Amino acid sequence: MKKRIGALAGGLFGAGLFISGMTDTSKVQGWLDVFGDWDPTLAFVMGGAILPMAVAWQIARRMARPYAGQAFPVPNRSIDRKLVIGSVLFGIGWGLVGLCPGPAVASLTYGGTSGAVFLIAMLIGMGAAPKLRSWLDRSVPAD
Amino acid sequence: MHIDWILGLIGGLLIGTGGAVYLLGNGRIMGASGLIGGVVDGSGRGNLGERLAFLASMLLVPLLLGLFTQLPDTHATANVWALIAAGLLVGTGTRIANGCTSGHGVCGISRLSLRGIVATVFYILAGGLSIVFFRHLLGWI
Repeated sequence: MKKRIGALAGGLFGAGLFISGMTDTSKVQGWLDVFGDWDPTLAFVMGGAILPMAVAWQIARRMARPYAGQAFPVPNRSIDRKLVIGSVLFGIGWGLVGLCPGPAVASLTYGGTSGAVFLIAMLIGMGAAPKLRSWLDRSVPAD
Repeated sequence: MHIDWILGLIGGLLIGTGGAVYLLGNGRIMGASGLIGGVVDGSGRGNLGERLAFLASMLLVPLLLGLFTQLPDTHATANVWALIAAGLLVGTGTRIANGCTSGHGVCGISRLSLRGIVATVFYILAGGLSIVFFRHLLGWI
């Protein structure tokens, strides 16, 4: 059941990225580039996605447990340097090419060599991240 | 309203519905970087099947939709060095921050999570500065 729900959610996510135009890097970069020919599409996508998700969080509060799972995720409240450094690194790469992890997967079948090269580099980066994360934890005293 | 904005809104609603299904169904946050990263670094061993089903469907549904319309052009740069650098930055960054546009952005902001909001502010600011730097100052992209 969990796999079927996962496939349904993944399909909706992929369809949404496809229809919204978010697998087109020029639309993402067009939104980030406020000094260029600004493209507001990404704001509509974000707004549209946040609406059903906000409703879902409210429904989750009234449910004892998820339909097929054991428990709802417990919020992590720590604002630490990993959150900030990681987000800045991500943002630099996102601006440079206009791809983030979701669209990189959703567009793999039609993104050509560029999409494949980006995805492989992203997977390598993800593989290296645990080491960098523990290095960040060790190198500076905990806050 | 511009047709792209309407399609953006419809697509966004679908993305959010996917997140709602995943949360209420499996009790999990729909974050692309976490879903993929857990497969790559082994931290998602306990629910690998669910992750792979999610990712396979996410990859195949756009291809199926392309049969009825046409597959869009991603307009991604052909500059291999930019692609490698960006891929490495996105891969490491999202896993260090434990989230990307879907996890921190969509799922975090909708929960009014301070973590999600802080992450989103930083990656959008960095993304904006990045494109100003690489496009307008260096003229690389």
